Amino acid sequence: MPLADDVSAYLKQRARWSPLEIAFWIFAFATIWLFPGKYLIMKDTAILALFALSLDLILGYAGILSLGQAAFFGIAGYFSGLIAKYGIINEPVIALILGGLVAAALGFVTSFLVLRGSDLTRLMVTLGVSLMLGEVANRYSDLTGGADGLQGVTVEPILGLFRFDLYGHNGYVYCLIVMFVCFVIARRIVYSPFGLSLRAVKGNSLRAAAIGIPVKWRLVAIYTISAGFAGIAGALLTQTTAFCSLDVFSLDRSADLLLVLIIGGTGYLYGGLIGAVIYRFLQDWISTLTPQYWQFWIGLVLVVIVLVGRDRIGAGNEAVRNTIYRLCTRLMPRPAALRGAAPDGT
Amino acid sequence: MLTILFDGIAYGMLLFVLACGLSVTLGLMNFINLAHGAFAMAGGYCTVIVVNRFGVPFALGLPIAFLVTALIGGLFERTLYVHVYAKPHLDQVLFTIGLVFMSVAATDYVMGSSQQFVQIPEALQGQFNVFGIGMGKYRLLIIVVCGLLTVALQLILTKTRFGSRLRAAVDDQRVARGLGINVGAVFAVTFAFGSGLAGLGGALGAEILGLDPTFPLKYMIYFLIVVTVGGTSSITGPFLASILLGIGDVAGKYYVPKLGAFVIYAIMIAVLLWRPQGLFARSAAR
Repeated sequence: MPLADDVSAYLKQRARWSPLEIAFWIFAFATIWLFPGKYLIMKDTAILALFALSLDLILGYAGILSLGQAAFFGIAGYFSGLIAKYGIINEPVIALILGGLVAAALGFVTSFLVLRGSDLTRLMVTLGVSLMLGEVANRYSDLTGGADGLQGVTVEPILGLFRFDLYGHNGYVYCLIVMFVCFVIARRIVYSPFGLSLRAVKGNSLRAAAIGIPVKWRLVAIYTISAGFAGIAGALLTQTTAFCSLDVFSLDRSADLLLVLIIGGTGYLYGGLIGAVIYRFLQDWISTLTPQYWQFWIGLVLVVIVLVGRDRIGAGNEAVRNTIYRLCTRLMPRPAALRGAAPDGT
Repeated sequence: MLTILFDGIAYGMLLFVLACGLSVTLGLMNFINLAHGAFAMAGGYCTVIVVNRFGVPFALGLPIAFLVTALIGGLFERTLYVHVYAKPHLDQVLFTIGLVFMSVAATDYVMGSSQQFVQIPEALQGQFNVFGIGMGKYRLLIIVVCGLLTVALQLILTKTRFGSRLRAAVDDQRVARGLGINVGAVFAVTFAFGSGLAGLGGALGAEILGLDPTFPLKYMIYFLIVVTVGGTSSITGPFLASILLGIGDVAGKYYVPKLGAFVIYAIMIAVLLWRPQGLFARSAAR
């Protein structure tokens, strides 16, 4: 069937790694050697980027507005902290995967709550779930440490080889690799036919249902996956800091996350990553200027972004990206550059 | 037991006055205003300044709080909010959260981060004892004031011309526009009035809820619960919802203090699952 071949050729064409993306990741890994004094802040940035990536999956690709991503971040953070503290599993990678699975399970269960109602109901339900978990963690303070936070988490060397050192070098490399792996998985997901069907659901769920897309199950699936990614981010934070506090469930965390994603732009995966870098840089810079009132300027940034218009900022982004892309293609000409050609069989 | 009920009702009444402006603006413009608590905080701080610094009597401080907050609300509506109505919900959430962050930091800068107290006149302190029920005088005042306000609001909404315009605009904005109702003006007035009410609630509640710069963040959830559970199509829905919430919260914190606000969130999620449009919403097909 030529049409099916054309479609799959088109999908493959779209999913190809562009030179710009490769350059991005080369630079990301180069930071290990470029900025040796900044491991701690770069590690936080990597975790934030992964967390933002998880929100982008549901917001940018499925159009679910959520203020409750912190629930998954927090539950996996506590889970991985607890199993390390009580010596059940001390190996970080396995604990990380388990943390992700626990968060994904919670995501699966709560996804049915999120599917109902309007945007506001969704906001409230997602927020309510994370706040409830926060209350539970506070209630069982003999297990979780309550307001003092979970202390005494001992993490073994990664894969039994690399210890978490004082300067955060290995921790940063670990976070970066985990983030890269998760990114590749997310990229594979959104460029698959499954990802395309999600975009259809986001565009118009009624029409998507009419052409035979099981809207409900697609949303459940992506919400679960996104919860898993958020959980991995949470587990990373606990492992690299050997600490976990109630603040992982807070509203601020989810709100900051939205800001990160908005700065970077939604729906192209790199938004969360770029946004996290800009946000951390901004936060660091402002909080050295006014340590107590940095929130004011963050708020101002949000208000200005909305008043100026996200689409306009997005358009500026697009223009820059297109220019860089053109430069890249000119420097490295590729054969059969059919970018954007419709799969009409010609 | 009855004391808890009494406290719960006072608390619920307070929540209603704080949140009813939000419910109307949400129903009217489909606008998610997370910054509503900032106006309440403005009212609270206004009273603190006027009463504590300038020695204005408390009874006069309350209307001043109302007027000042209504003015601020009207000003913000005309200059800032107006640009955001037509934008998607995501933008509205971001915009209003940004405002909340700014108000928190700005208040911290101006007034300091410590908790503020309003000087309440001697006559309002202490308790009555009626049939063995301890009733705080101040709480009784809250119930009376908020009860009167509720009745007044209900009358305005059902009996006056402005009320019927407002209800028409909430029910179907486009048709209301077509009938020559200036929805923008109705909305601006309602927004200012709702902010004023929030300011009044903040002033009254400074004693019970506590007043510090993080007020908008702490109570935002409560306002939103009132609105989502109560539905946005009437005054009675949010009213009943806030009474329920008030009693539930006070009772929950009294009987199972360790769980804190867990009870409230659980109830909210259960209600929203059962009736996503709110507990008292009319099932009108849109």
